[in-house]
Amino acid sequence: METTVEQFPPFREAGPQHGHDDHGHEHHEPSFWSKYIFSTDHKVIGIQYGFTALCFMLFGFFLMLLMRWQIAHPGLPVPLFGPLLEKIVGPVMAPNGAISPDLYNSFGAMHGTIMVFLGVVPLAFAAFGNYVVPLMIGAPDMAFPRVNMASYHAFFLGGVVMLTSFFIPGGAAQAGWTSYSPLATTIPTDGQAFWLVGMILLITSSLLGAVNFIATIIQLRAPGMTWMRMPWFVWTQFVTAFLLLLAFPPLEAAGLLQLMDNVAHTSFFLPTGLAVGGQLANVSGGGSPLLWQHLFWFLGHPEVYVLILPGMGIVAEIIANNTRKPLWGYKSLVYAVLAVGFLSFIVWAHHMYLTGMGQKIATFFQATTMIISIPSVIILTCLFLSLWGGSIRINTPMLFALGWLPMFGIGGLTGLPLGLAAADLYLHDTYYVIAHFHYVVAPGTIFALFAGIYFWFPKMTGRKMNEFWGRVHFWCSFVFMNLVFMPMFAQGIKGMLRRMSDGGVNYSAARVPGAIDALPGSVMEMNSWIFAAAVALGIAQIPFIINLFWSIKHGEKVGDNPWEATTIDWQTPTPPPHGNFEVEPRIVRGPYEYSAPGHDGGFAPQSEPAATTRNAHH
Amino acid sequence: MDIPYTVEIRPDTGIYNAKVGIWLFLASEVMLFGGLFSAYVLLRVGSLPGEWPHGWLDVRLGALNTVLLALSAITTLLAWAACKTRQFGKFKFFHACTLLLALSFLCVKSYEYHDKWIHYEIKLKDGTFADGHMVENDLKEDYLVIHGRIVTDEKALYDLRAQKDIKLAEVKIPRASIASMQNYSPRHNTFTAIYFTLTGLHALHILGGSIVIFYLWAFGGAMWKTDPERFTNRIEVSGLFWHFVDLVWIFLFPVLYLT
Repeated sequence: METTVEQFPPFREAGPQHGHDDHGHEHHEPSFWSKYIFSTDHKVIGIQYGFTALCFMLFGFFLMLLMRWQIAHPGLPVPLFGPLLEKIVGPVMAPNGAISPDLYNSFGAMHGTIMVFLGVVPLAFAAFGNYVVPLMIGAPDMAFPRVNMASYHAFFLGGVVMLTSFFIPGGAAQAGWTSYSPLATTIPTDGQAFWLVGMILLITSSLLGAVNFIATIIQLRAPGMTWMRMPWFVWTQFVTAFLLLLAFPPLEAAGLLQLMDNVAHTSFFLPTGLAVGGQLANVSGGGSPLLWQHLFWFLGHPEVYVLILPGMGIVAEIIANNTRKPLWGYKSLVYAVLAVGFLSFIVWAHHMYLTGMGQKIATFFQATTMIISIPSVIILTCLFLSLWGGSIRINTPMLFALGWLPMFGIGGLTGLPLGLAAADLYLHDTYYVIAHFHYVVAPGTIFALFAGIYFWFPKMTGRKMNEFWGRVHFWCSFVFMNLVFMPMFAQGIKGMLRRMSDGGVNYSAARVPGAIDALPGSVMEMNSWIFAAAVALGIAQIPFIINLFWSIKHGEKVGDNPWEATTIDWQTPTPPPHGNFEVEPRIVRGPYEYSAPGHDGGFAPQSEPAATTRNAHH
Repeated sequence: MDIPYTVEIRPDTGIYNAKVGIWLFLASEVMLFGGLFSAYVLLRVGSLPGEWPHGWLDVRLGALNTVLLALSAITTLLAWAACKTRQFGKFKFFHACTLLLALSFLCVKSYEYHDKWIHYEIKLKDGTFADGHMVENDLKEDYLVIHGRIVTDEKALYDLRAQKDIKLAEVKIPRASIASMQNYSPRHNTFTAIYFTLTGLHALHILGGSIVIFYLWAFGGAMWKTDPERFTNRIEVSGLFWHFVDLVWIFLFPVLYLT
């Protein structure tokens, strides 16, 4: 690691009395532990987060493959992995390697939990935010480096607790990622308590991260980096951090209460007269199941924007960079993302139209839900219009960014019927909902994340990922993602419910001929097609995984700014050393001065003169 | 590498990093306790008429704890002021007071918890209810003794404030006559559940804050000698947290004890 302390101009008099804190690493070659495990460097922590999150996403994807097998071929032993599965979770949960309904339920709950809290949030917010935000605003590190490290460790511990719950008697949590009470309390497994403890750790991690991000963006912007000169990606991370900061604590409160219900046998969410298995439950009652849903969705809906906003930010950066012209409507984008952030706190009960909470409340939330679509559409429109008249460079990150636009569009527009109470009464809890939110987060967010990985990989390693295999990865993912999720709209509209471990067989026309609204054979057939597409989607990720690791050592070598970008994350040495910048950058213009007249190569970096080339200040 | 603005104030925002951090953290704490207070409101509004307890907690002890925390808020402020004027001895004295007050608070709280833990409601087979503190519960004997009373209607146990001169005495109860019994632990009913959860979480905050203040009090001397400004900032930041914890109690006391 390069020594940069001497070149970095001290922001304050760095007397010897401060010499206890965040340095000390630079003066000698750090050990493996302090370099990779207990690092306080935001870039290392970002990569830690990214790598861990990708592993969890792959694991969550495998859970999904197992579930899709069960849906396509209910009750049949899982091919290849069946014996292993039986060995791991036991013959009760996986008799002869087939997936029991209980195991299916726990896979369903854990797939959602892992993908949302251990996959996408850590990757989109913590990994990209950690790596890119300080570089983009010209900061030497995060405001609280040790808090940053603690955040990753809490996240990792939370993940370990979640995974451990698969191996306890009774298995992992089975009440869905939403953990509705009283189901979550009455299912006889301690997996739910593990889930809750894991969630409290993950919430702690998000809290520490959010405090750090906001403080960094407020306090550590380089001279001249005014609010309206910040790249839009930083704005999305800023709003995301506020959502995490303020929306997660009510879920933590709910988690504590449910933990009390499960461990201390209180009745916060258990109503009077609750019967379990035909017996009156031995609880005091007096609780409210609706309370859990309110507290859960108070987080749950802002969480949707936690998932999508960083992805939008990544896409915006890549579009501006590859159209070689400024983002269309930067100010509109800024105000829109702030509006989305604020409104996301007052739409949560549109997840609860079927709970009988009352028509007046439903009407209120229906109105706010329609209103929040306005800033969302502004964002999408600005990004589309940014393409207009640009001389677009096509490369892997840009392909993923362009693919993201229609995918997120489909996800967003199919959400409108769900936001209207009347239509939602029919569509609620069907595969239509699954298709809708997966379009937002799977081809939506995850495409943006892939785009970001391909885009910033050269900054992390000094090498580009292979372009050919990147394009193979994109086109295969694009086709198979749609083949997986598009049929689910049709299945949902035909009335196929989610969370059924038999894939709807017991409601099919073949099983109950003559029943009104029985699922026709055409709908049931889609299950096997979706399974095939899901397997193909899994295979399509292999080029990416190989490309990712292979390119670290063997990718095409590139300079500090291979994409000719204007933002100052590209004005650092590659990879950026501890402390990031060799001289403190001074920001003199907005973030997207592409095609600016009078500048070489048609772009003007935010810091002028260019903050550094590698040898400028030795 | 040094992080800018760890000690001195950033001119355009007018604040140093840790202070931004603690205010953000407190905002999230407001949402945490806000969620729990909302739960309290919903559970109380949703309870059956006449079944939400009144007067189960000792207002005198609650008031005592309120005074203890209010005093600790003052000593925290004085400790910070002592740091600002560079009087380390005074700082030591005032934060020692803070810690003693916090400890006393926790002692009173423990006493209250214990009092609830040995308080039993016993449903008797004849349909009446014995209610009181356990005096004698030897499993070898075929009876137990409580200090309390016997009521015919369970409703009489809910609103203690409305009842004048409740007479308590030692009551001997044969085990054979007991249908079921339950102490006033969290599972007793929704009120004890939310009482223990809210005050328990608050007590954990008191404990956490005390540990931080104790650490700064006992081991802060080194930093005081080398960088008093930074140390003073730490006292300010930990003090902000402490004031927040006090403030939570200012809401807890009326919500749980007085209404």
